[in-house]
Amino acid sequence: MAQDDDGTSAAAGSAVVRSEPPVAKAGTAVLRSDSFENPGLPPHRLRVTDLDPKKDRVAERRVYTLFFLSIVGSVFAVAAYVAFPIIPGNTNSVRLNTVFLGLGISLGLLAIGVGAIYWAKNLMRGDEITESRHPTRGTEATREKAVEIFKLGNQESGFGRRTLIRNSLIGALVAFPLPAIVLFRDLAPAADPIPLFKETMWAKGVRLTRDPSGTPIRAADVTIGSVFHVIPEGLNDQKDRLEQKAKAAVLVMRLKPSDLKISAGRESWNYDGIVAYSKICTHVGCPVALYEQQTHHLLCPCHSSTFDVTNECEVIFGPAARALPQLPIAIDSDGYLIAQSDFTEPVGPSFWERA
Amino acid sequence: MTVTETKPAAAPTVVETPAAAAPSRGARFTGAAANYIDERTSISGLVKELGRKVFPDHWSFMLGEVALYSFVVILLSGTFLTFFYQPSMVEVVYDGSYVPLKGMQMSAAFSSTMHLSFDVRGGLLFRQIHHWAALLFIAAIGLHMLRVFFTGAFRKPREINWFIGFILFVLAMAEGFTGYSLPDDLLSGNGLQIINGIIKGIPVIGTWTSYLLFGGEFPGTTVIAMFYSIHILLLPAILVAALGAHLLLMIINKHTQFAGPGRTNDNVVGVPIMPLFAAKAGGFFFVVFGVIVLIASFFTINPIWTYGPYDPSPVSAGTQPDWYIGFADGMLRLIPPGWEVVWFNNTYSFNIIVITVILIAFLGLVAAYPFIEAWITGDKREHHIAERPRNAPTRTAIGAAGVTFYAVLWAAASSDLMSTHFKVTIEGVIHTLQVLFFLGPVLAFFITKRICLGLQKKDREIALHGFESGRIVRLPGGEYVEVHEQLDDYERWRLVSYNEYTPLTIRPDADGRISGAQRTRAALSHWFFEDRISPATKTDVERSNQH
Repeated sequence: MAQDDDGTSAAAGSAVVRSEPPVAKAGTAVLRSDSFENPGLPPHRLRVTDLDPKKDRVAERRVYTLFFLSIVGSVFAVAAYVAFPIIPGNTNSVRLNTVFLGLGISLGLLAIGVGAIYWAKNLMRGDEITESRHPTRGTEATREKAVEIFKLGNQESGFGRRTLIRNSLIGALVAFPLPAIVLFRDLAPAADPIPLFKETMWAKGVRLTRDPSGTPIRAADVTIGSVFHVIPEGLNDQKDRLEQKAKAAVLVMRLKPSDLKISAGRESWNYDGIVAYSKICTHVGCPVALYEQQTHHLLCPCHSSTFDVTNECEVIFGPAARALPQLPIAIDSDGYLIAQSDFTEPVGPSFWERA
Repeated sequence: MTVTETKPAAAPTVVETPAAAAPSRGARFTGAAANYIDERTSISGLVKELGRKVFPDHWSFMLGEVALYSFVVILLSGTFLTFFYQPSMVEVVYDGSYVPLKGMQMSAAFSSTMHLSFDVRGGLLFRQIHHWAALLFIAAIGLHMLRVFFTGAFRKPREINWFIGFILFVLAMAEGFTGYSLPDDLLSGNGLQIINGIIKGIPVIGTWTSYLLFGGEFPGTTVIAMFYSIHILLLPAILVAALGAHLLLMIINKHTQFAGPGRTNDNVVGVPIMPLFAAKAGGFFFVVFGVIVLIASFFTINPIWTYGPYDPSPVSAGTQPDWYIGFADGMLRLIPPGWEVVWFNNTYSFNIIVITVILIAFLGLVAAYPFIEAWITGDKREHHIAERPRNAPTRTAIGAAGVTFYAVLWAAASSDLMSTHFKVTIEGVIHTLQVLFFLGPVLAFFITKRICLGLQKKDREIALHGFESGRIVRLPGGEYVEVHEQLDDYERWRLVSYNEYTPLTIRPDADGRISGAQRTRAALSHWFFEDRISPATKTDVERSNQH
């Protein structure tokens, strides 16, 4: 019974055999001669509204009642707009305005909808009608005519014959959108982005201040187990405050110095167990805002990357690939925390030219 | 019908009326108006062509309608929002009615959204209508796609329309994401920051793409205005055009219908547009609109006032994107630590590259599926009968695997919430999902395929032997048997009218060679069709009646 691609008949799936030329290939479909025949539409079943005039009148009454109800709803919405004004400072007035205006509008809409559907289902003529389908492709005559038109177009214009005209036109059409590409260059400033991505506001002597107030932090205030959300001093006065903050945000924590594992070269980066790390996740840049005091883990709320503060914020879980960059800190003569320098590597998510 | 009786030769103003009864004033007016329009537009042809066009009925055909109507609601409510919203990142100090944020620095975008929500009557309602309608839009598109997939309604001649629908799905998600960003609140800004991080991770072009997108360094001062143009102009224009093409092709191809008595591949059985379908569909539009407004009246969505304006530093636990972006966000979370290398001074962020490639491959497979299946079956006939999912076991199983794959990623987007709600470790949740990422789709495939084949077997059994009547009869020998009753013709037809395919047998071509493509196709064809249950035929029934 099986047919492969050379099969020619096309009657599977339906009892009615198509007669249009040419017959489409059935592929690997199985075509049978002993399939059941389509029994045709079952007899139409009348509804109660078709049989009982009383039910018909009830249905009619329901439909127009719904439409009248819709008018009531819309008028109610207008009234609610006036009757439930918003009182500045009163959140409850916003809630009441939203609820009653919304109730009126939805009643206006739903009653129309339900009424129309009820009308259609119960009162409009309900038996199904049959329409025949035609193959989607045009008839042979139409297709021939279409081919003829293209041939004429080609002949009369000489598109295929005058190859130089054709090819130069294609070239011109390829070239004309090119200006659009360069036009987008000035979306961004002229400056090269790569140095910008690699530096932050931190520099030698910049004080660590609280986020968002901008008050400096005394080393003595940072007790063991505490965590400070930190921004560089003067950030709030910057014109590009948010751009700078998106790079310079820092977390300061104090651990017992004996808990810290410190690699060579970083011995002087902490101050008596006070460490500062970039708050910008090295995965895709969310603020790593959650600090678990007991385990000294930093957790990124976006994608659950976890960093171990005792081990220089190495990644211990999650999709981040690199440790959070550490900010070398010290204290100034007044006892306030200051940065020793900028970060020694770019902060935040990786980028192509990062290395 | 006075219009149609106007003869071309007659003076255009003279309309012949049937002599039998003088028409009422209303009918005369309708006739004159119709005549006026037709003489200038020839619209009677369109009415004749489409007025009694038949639409088949099935509840699942409403899913596409829900998508269409919620889109209309989105356009209407969104237009209202544009009258109040300011797409600007200029910093302002908030001085509106919402007390907790008074005096705070924020962008004009956030401030105007606050104004819209707390000082404009109905403003909050319309913001919530817009947001809920958008969620319903995407959900309805997703379900509509699943319906089309599982019933095989994407087969010839509808492959192109499937692709257009896929484009609409992607556009809808892009609309959702750009719209979500516009209030410039803490959560949406955080979403943008994630996008920024992903873009930066793309090799070669990432750095500059981010730089251009944000008009400098993130967050910059331009992205909201850009997203606004994209959200209300560029994407809607493409979306409306694609939607028009989608509907036009649906009209040209005519709607599919489920197999049933009287329904064939060559007819459409259903109700005419005028009046029944128009009344039902028009009514349904109002129902969809009404339900959205009702939800928007009672259920808060995106309460930006509790998030506050965007600031790159604070973020709360349990941050999540809107659910339709969840699958992409979830995949980000499933990558194990340390997937990054530096080669020749360039950074390869495989934790970004891998997910981008997988997501594009997944979406590509969805877009290309109709063409792949058509190639495997080699079936060039038109198919207008929506199949019952069980009757295409492998396709249904592939669909179930795809749904499982999506569901795992989606669940991963809530991994932190799952761990806090169910008191399990975050590591446990992620590792489980990592295993499910590979295992889930495979299991879903095999289980679904077996279920489909089982159901087909049962269908065949019932078609051959009838159904159990519940009547137990004692035979003269003392044996008890249950009497089976035969189905009537209509019921049986539902069970036996489906397509069956056999695996492709490889045949050498004219030169006696077998190409690689041919081998691939044969392998796929075997995978698709080696397990199959044939529909019961008349011969089968006769044979089974003999014993």
